[in-house]
Amino acid sequence: MKSFHNTRRKVVNVVMLSLTGVCTLIAAGTLVFILSYLFIHGVRSLNWEFLTKLPTPVGETGGGMANAIIGSAKLLFLAMVVGIPIGFLGGVYLAEFAGTTTSFVLRYTTDLLNGVPSIVIGIFAYTLIVLPQHHFSTFAGGVALGIMMIPIAVRSSAEFLRAVPGSLREGAMALGASKTKALLTVVIPAAKNGIMTGILLNLARVAGETAPLLFTSFSNRYWSPGWDQPTAALPVMIFTYAVAPYDDWHQQAWSAGFVLLALVLAVNITARLILSKRGPVAH
Amino acid sequence: MRTNTALRNLDMPMAGYDKPESRAACKISATNLNFYYGSFQALHGISIDVYANRVTAFIGPSGCGKSTFLRTLNRMNETVRSSRLEGKVRLDGEDIHELEVSEVRRRVGMVFQKSNPFPKSIFENVAYGPRVNGYGSKSALRDTVEQSLRRAALWEGVKGKLHDSAYSLSGGQQQRLCIARALAVDPEVLLLDEPCSALDPIATAKIEDLIFRLKDSCTIVIVTHNMQQAARVADYTGFFLLGRLIEFDSTTSIFKAPARKETEDYVTGRFG
Repeated sequence: MKSFHNTRRKVVNVVMLSLTGVCTLIAAGTLVFILSYLFIHGVRSLNWEFLTKLPTPVGETGGGMANAIIGSAKLLFLAMVVGIPIGFLGGVYLAEFAGTTTSFVLRYTTDLLNGVPSIVIGIFAYTLIVLPQHHFSTFAGGVALGIMMIPIAVRSSAEFLRAVPGSLREGAMALGASKTKALLTVVIPAAKNGIMTGILLNLARVAGETAPLLFTSFSNRYWSPGWDQPTAALPVMIFTYAVAPYDDWHQQAWSAGFVLLALVLAVNITARLILSKRGPVAH
Repeated sequence: MRTNTALRNLDMPMAGYDKPESRAACKISATNLNFYYGSFQALHGISIDVYANRVTAFIGPSGCGKSTFLRTLNRMNETVRSSRLEGKVRLDGEDIHELEVSEVRRRVGMVFQKSNPFPKSIFENVAYGPRVNGYGSKSALRDTVEQSLRRAALWEGVKGKLHDSAYSLSGGQQQRLCIARALAVDPEVLLLDEPCSALDPIATAKIEDLIFRLKDSCTIVIVTHNMQQAARVADYTGFFLLGRLIEFDSTTSIFKAPARKETEDYVTGRFG
């Protein structure tokens, strides 16, 4: 009887261990697969021309996506201008000033906003900006991406502010600092690196968004000077080129995917580096 | 069960309190202080005179209200939500609730149980108080920082690395940095909330030595778990139990001839 139990336990142990192992392998393997596949296909047609030239007309080979790279950069810049102040200050309010009820409502709304499908955010920006202006623009796309950033910016800023030990606040206030002064001179500086990391990861997340741009910045095969005209962006170009019936366009879509992924990875790694430099905040 | 014996006469008038102190002036006086966390009453009718340029220690078991009482003396308890205070605290005869809170906290400095240096340089930590209170030119600030670090017996150890992070210091040094930070605004009273509870005996001895030297320039109130520490550093000792000040007298009387049974039980280690 006893040996039966032991055998059973060993079998269950082996089965469960392999099951969890296989699942982990699938999770990690997916990323490795995507990365290597994108690398192999993307690098093949990645060249100087791709990074510096405009797209060529249909039928001509060569050309690049310089306008989409610059377009994406401009859109992300606008997204930061819109998303960071609102997200950060909202996070400060949530962490420092909101009462129990307000805090609950704020958390709930930011969670819901975060769950709104990105295409709906796109339609929102379309209604708010594109319709009254009667044309697509970089501005509208940037606002749409900025709105996408807000919920996570609020929550991550609030979390990093709350992680600052209360003893630091008390220390500042015991020296005669007001609550606001303590917040500005001690708490926010202590949370600064964490907040920046949260914002960078957030930015990397919206960098790949396609749906909100379809109705807002639309696309453009040429340069888009200023903020008032439709612009190309990497994710939209990937979509357009991938569904087109031309082989060299498919190649360029791979390269665009690779460039986008490289940018996102660079941002991610920067964010991790900043976070790892975070001062040893006493807990 | 012993606690019950100790509680028997809890509402008797406090012993030892009517003894006059001939040489020192009264720096802080609390009258009939009640303090509530929500509906829980943490302090019951505390009245006490803290004498200037003396070290006053508060002892008592955990949760007896000694830290809560300490924090009413610089209005730190106001930051606790849904707390309420009754009674008066006077600093040099002035009601501290009629003064600006920043003035109270500048005049009554505080050092906490766990050292809490800011994530800034050593210099910036000490300069924080003067900066917040908005006084001093740049060179005056440097002098203040040096003076404060000297008073906290830390200058020799850190003068070459003032711009290093405060976290590069050892635990004992961090606590002395916090004392220097509190001294930088030249407080009249220094409240120490179990300042040595996280320190080893050597670091503790250094802080006690410091307390001894600081009482020339300020009044010191220290909360401690450690009765030997109270006996070593304090001129006066108050014994707290369940939110009441049971006995307050010279340290010698408290430890050698306590007037109340509860005090005797506690200082002889029969409970607590």
